[in-house]
Amino acid sequence: MFRQSLMAATALALVAPAAAMAQTEIQWWHAMSGRLGELVGETAATFNASQSDYVIVPSYRGTYSEAMNAAIAAFRAGEQPHILQVFEVGTGTMMAAEGAIVPIYELMAAHDVHFDPQEYISTVVGYYTDPDGNMLSFPFNSSTPILYYNKDVFQAAGLDPEVAPTTWAEVEQFSQQIIDSGAAPCGFTTRWPSWVQMENFLALHNLPLGTEQNGFAGFDAELVLNQQAPLVRHWENLARWQANGVFKWAGGNDGPDAGPTFYSGECAMMMESSAGRAGVMANANFQVGYAMLPYYDDVEGAPQNSIIGGATLWTLSGHDEGDYEGVARFFEFLSTPEQQAWWHQSTGYLPITQAAYELSQEQGYYDANPGADVSIRQMNLNPPTENSRGLRFGNYLQIRDVVSEEMEAMLMGTITAQQAADNVVRRGNELLREFESSLQ
Amino acid sequence: MQTKRMTFSSRWLPYALLAPQVLITLVFFIWPASQALWQSMLRQDPFGLRTTFVWFRNFERLFDNPLYLASMKTTAIFSVATTLLAMSLSLLFAVMVNRMLRSREWYTTFLVWPYAVAPAIAGVLWWFMFNTSVGIVPYMLQGFGYDWNHRLDGTDAMILVVLAAAWKQISYNFLFFLAGLQSIPQSLIEAAAIDGASRTKRFWTIVFPLLSPTTFFLMVVNVVYAMFDTFGVIHATTEGGPAQATNILVYNVFRDGFVNGNLGASAAQSVVLMGIVVVLTVVQFRWIERRVNY
Repeated sequence: MFRQSLMAATALALVAPAAAMAQTEIQWWHAMSGRLGELVGETAATFNASQSDYVIVPSYRGTYSEAMNAAIAAFRAGEQPHILQVFEVGTGTMMAAEGAIVPIYELMAAHDVHFDPQEYISTVVGYYTDPDGNMLSFPFNSSTPILYYNKDVFQAAGLDPEVAPTTWAEVEQFSQQIIDSGAAPCGFTTRWPSWVQMENFLALHNLPLGTEQNGFAGFDAELVLNQQAPLVRHWENLARWQANGVFKWAGGNDGPDAGPTFYSGECAMMMESSAGRAGVMANANFQVGYAMLPYYDDVEGAPQNSIIGGATLWTLSGHDEGDYEGVARFFEFLSTPEQQAWWHQSTGYLPITQAAYELSQEQGYYDANPGADVSIRQMNLNPPTENSRGLRFGNYLQIRDVVSEEMEAMLMGTITAQQAADNVVRRGNELLREFESSLQ
Repeated sequence: MQTKRMTFSSRWLPYALLAPQVLITLVFFIWPASQALWQSMLRQDPFGLRTTFVWFRNFERLFDNPLYLASMKTTAIFSVATTLLAMSLSLLFAVMVNRMLRSREWYTTFLVWPYAVAPAIAGVLWWFMFNTSVGIVPYMLQGFGYDWNHRLDGTDAMILVVLAAAWKQISYNFLFFLAGLQSIPQSLIEAAAIDGASRTKRFWTIVFPLLSPTTFFLMVVNVVYAMFDTFGVIHATTEGGPAQATNILVYNVFRDGFVNGNLGASAAQSVVLMGIVVVLTVVQFRWIERRVNY
């Protein structure tokens, strides 16, 4: 009798910690609001229901930069989450924070979780690997800018609504026809001016933005974008087009006014992230066409391929060893083709594995949703080169501000396109040196 | 003013009475201020993993930067414009409401309302009204032949942020002006009226001078508001643009510290701001307060 109860007690004692283990909470701070936030919640719920050892607790922490700064402040106070969603331009800062992060390749290896970078789409993986080819963070949501156009306006202007402009010359010509016919007062607008009209522009034309493989090979990189004649010519064109109505500037940084400008029918075309698809479909009460970004056909090598934006999940250090097993399992779950295809189809973000793309094809998603694969085809136009792999610079958030400011000064007519590019390089290099010296 | 001298029976009582105030000042002012001073001489990566003491390097960098000096000028224009607009409009409203009898309370309530609106929400409302594509104001201005574009016109952008910032402060000023007006003895105004002084004359020679303590107080509060409390409005409307045309000092502190994670530079800027406030306060109390009749 005594023996039995002792055994029962022992069994209980063995079971109890296991029950407590089931409650291991993994904190996940993210920056997805609105519909995307709900989908993040669903993602966590699906994972939580699929196993009983870990509970992922997603928590919305404002915009990308707010979430990142909140997590950094929390890290300094020892209260950091396990998983943090960081946008692509924060990659340099996170990489440099050795000791604060757990690189994903180490995490997955330490917990024997299957992880093969080859299964991921190369342009996505390339953006987030270190010079030795190791993946540092988990590419959660990646997007690339594409061209959205108003088919109704194209029709009214006498253009074929099924044919989008492919070159910048066509963009100008189509816009002029749209304006002259009175179908719309403006040709095109852009969100994220730095990302679309500089970073992706250079990648598509296979031109370098900075030295050291756009910063991938080291933090001593310098900006060289002012030596790229096609970029300077493009910016000159933007200034000219802004003056004659072909182009409308919708604000710096994320270009906050671009959406309303496109939805209201004022501008016939908008360059915006592929992840803006859901927003476009919800807001546009006209037929929308999807196309790749335009390029200059006299530049050799164009179109190369576009680069990504979006965010990755970083694992922060400083928690119990056991917690990280849960983080690794969660990342494994996120990369399963079913989960990836679901995420891709409900959000407009890119499928990050080849298998998820193929699964979406099998499911007939692209046949039912024409244009949904424009982004991935544009990413995969050509194998990425040193110029089109992405970029990795420290203080890049500030550099994007500088790009917006100098483009604004150029569009206001106070400086020329060449001066704007020169200023970006001068001010950007100061910021790069500042970042470099903060690492010493 | 007369000074009163108190004597206490025990030695520690006055200190004990002072202690809470001193403690609050220490915790909420001296401590953070000294932290800012210390931070301003450090160079750190955002995570605080590597820290270097760099003496005045952050300040040197700041004053070498022509954009920072331009931002000082922007701040001066913005603060003066916001203060003038907020104070003159609210004085006008207060004088008009003060004349009313039955509807006074209604107007007071409505005029105080904007004060309860959160700055971020107010900013979004202004962003919406002035949006160059869907906003009602650019649409109306178009009718007058004015092409409003605060995204690419520095002056338009400045007008927008001044309007948005001043609007927020009008309610506060209005309440104080109204209270000030009601405390002016009616007999003085009546006497002047009997002597044949016109309404305008009565206002400028009697009411306005007697209102000067309120005006002075509000001026101090408004300048401080414009210089320190307006980054929410700017963040929601222009984000400091175009080309830094509305980038005031405090917005730059916010952006460098809380968006860009550059704490050293941000701390150096807040120390400079602190210096500016000290100077401004001394100026206001030494030169302007002399002209105030209590």
